[in-house]
Amino acid sequence: MAPPNKPVRDVMLAAVPSLRAFAISLCGNVDRADDLVQEALLRAWANLDSFEPGTNMSAWLFTILRNLFRSEYRKRRREVEDADGSYAEALTSLPDQASHLEMDEFRKALEQLPTDQRESLILVGASGFSYEEAAQICGCAVGTIKSRVNRARSRLAAILSIESADDFGPDHETRAAVGNATAGWRRS
Amino acid sequence: MNKRKAPRAHPYMEVEPAPKSTVKLGPDIKVKIGQQLRAMYSDVVNQGVPDRFSEILHRLDQAEEAGTDRKEPVGDASTVRKKEDEGTNGPPQ
Repeated sequence: MAPPNKPVRDVMLAAVPSLRAFAISLCGNVDRADDLVQEALLRAWANLDSFEPGTNMSAWLFTILRNLFRSEYRKRRREVEDADGSYAEALTSLPDQASHLEMDEFRKALEQLPTDQRESLILVGASGFSYEEAAQICGCAVGTIKSRVNRARSRLAAILSIESADDFGPDHETRAAVGNATAGWRRS
Repeated sequence: MNKRKAPRAHPYMEVEPAPKSTVKLGPDIKVKIGQQLRAMYSDVVNQGVPDRFSEILHRLDQAEEAGTDRKEPVGDASTVRKKEDEGTNGPPQ
C-alpha cells in the first residue's frame, strides 16, 4: 500500500492555522490550545485509515480536535484560569489599543457562553463551515446547530450590552459623553 | 453558569428594544458580532503555522517513509514543547 503521505501532510499543515484559532477560541489559552492541536494532529495521523478519502479533511481534523477538547474539558474543567495573559500573547497584530480592548471584551463575553453555543458559533461564524458541516463536527442535528448559533448571538449581545454599555461604541469620547445616561439604563 | 437577564438592545445600535419574551437581534448587532468573531479568529490564522507543527508533521512523514510504524510517538524533547502538567502524547524523552 502506498498512502499519499505528502498530500496528507500538506493538507494537515494547511489546516493548522485554523485549527489553532478554533482551539484558542475553545479553551482561551494559547499553550493549551497548541497542545490540543498537536494531539489532534498525532491522533489524526495515527488514524488516517479511518479518514474517508474524498471527504473534507479539515472537517475531520476539527472533529478530532473538538472531541479531544470535550474529553479533556470534562477532566479538568476550568483548571486554567490564566486565560488573560496567554491569550493576549496570541493577539499580536491588532492595529491599536482601542481595538485590542474591544477584542478583549469580546473574547471575555465569548468565554461566558456555554461550550455548545461557543463552538457552534465559531465553526459557523468564523471557521467558515456550513451548518451541515458544523453539525457533523459536533455530532448533532443541523437544527441544533442553528439554534445554538442563534442563542450564542443573543447571549453575546446581551452580555456585551449589559456588562459594558460602551462596547461597540463609536469611540471613547462618545462613550464618555453618554456614560452618565447609560448608567441608569444598565441597572434597569 | 452565568445566568443573565434577557438580552437587551444596545443603546448605540439603532435597534428597537426587544420584546421581553423573544430574542430579536438587529442586523447591526449580528454584523458586529460576526466581525469581531472573524477578527479574533483571523488574528490567529494570520500567524501561520508555528515551527512546532511543521516539524511534527515532517517527522511523522519521515517516519512513515522509513517504514516505521505510524503510531510510534514522535514527541521528542527537541521539538515538542514541554508538558508541565501531563504528558498528553508520547514519552517526554
